[in-house]
Amino acid sequence: MTFRKYLVLAGVTVFGAVGDSMLSRGMKEVGSISLSHIPDVILAILNPWVALGIVLLLAFFAAYMTALSWADLTYVLPATSLGYVLLALIAKFVLHEQVTATRWLGILLVSGGVAFIAGGPARTHLTPHDKPQESMPEPVTSRMGS
Amino acid sequence: MKQLYTWSAIVVIVLASTTGDVLLSHAMKQVGDVGELWRRGGLMALLARVLRKPQFLLGLVAMALAFYSLLFGLSWGDVSLVAPASASLTFVANAIAARIFLQERVDRRRWLAALLVAGGVALLAA
Repeated sequence: MTFRKYLVLAGVTVFGAVGDSMLSRGMKEVGSISLSHIPDVILAILNPWVALGIVLLLAFFAAYMTALSWADLTYVLPATSLGYVLLALIAKFVLHEQVTATRWLGILLVSGGVAFIAGGPARTHLTPHDKPQESMPEPVTSRMGS
Repeated sequence: MKQLYTWSAIVVIVLASTTGDVLLSHAMKQVGDVGELWRRGGLMALLARVLRKPQFLLGLVAMALAFYSLLFGLSWGDVSLVAPASASLTFVANAIAARIFLQERVDRRRWLAALLVAGGVALLAA
């Protein structure tokens, strides 16, 4: 894992969480759209928060695909779940919502999961280039760190 | 009856988004290191290579299906049930699916991480 790759994982985390909260804020401003007026959804992108949220979610998708190109799915998903923690912190410090004890426990569990995964290798599956050795610690990163 | 609808929606969301994640991950593993490809061939060549993968396009379809099922699920059930239940079950389903379909080595460390995150997400949104 190089510094650049940690930056990509951070991008997945931050773009996802911030994009979601911008969309949520924008859609609240737009108001509820009834099923008989589905085309109104298209007009929703005129709202600046919705537009910005979509841009950030596109950035999220690009970063997510980049991460999946060199890391396992079971590595990327837990590693980027800090976004849920980020959402809770945004709720507390930006939106001044109450963060309950249950939520703090949730933050603790998610962070624990992320710490677990961060200590392991990013990629385990065997590509045709890798030799089928069970106990190879970080086959891909050692090759790509050069 | 409404509960049955809500939980069916949750099951569809979990299955669709797991299918999507596995397909996208499979496609990107075949594509190879995106950064390296960009340096070698430029952005257009990279995009062409990604978009030619059928798994990538199928993955997008599955993700869209998951998104619309989420919208339906939210219209039948409470957001405080549908969102955390589907998100945290998806972490567990992904760990199983990645082991079976992507041949990832899901060891005890990764299982623990998936379960901790799934539990944490359920609590966060509760």
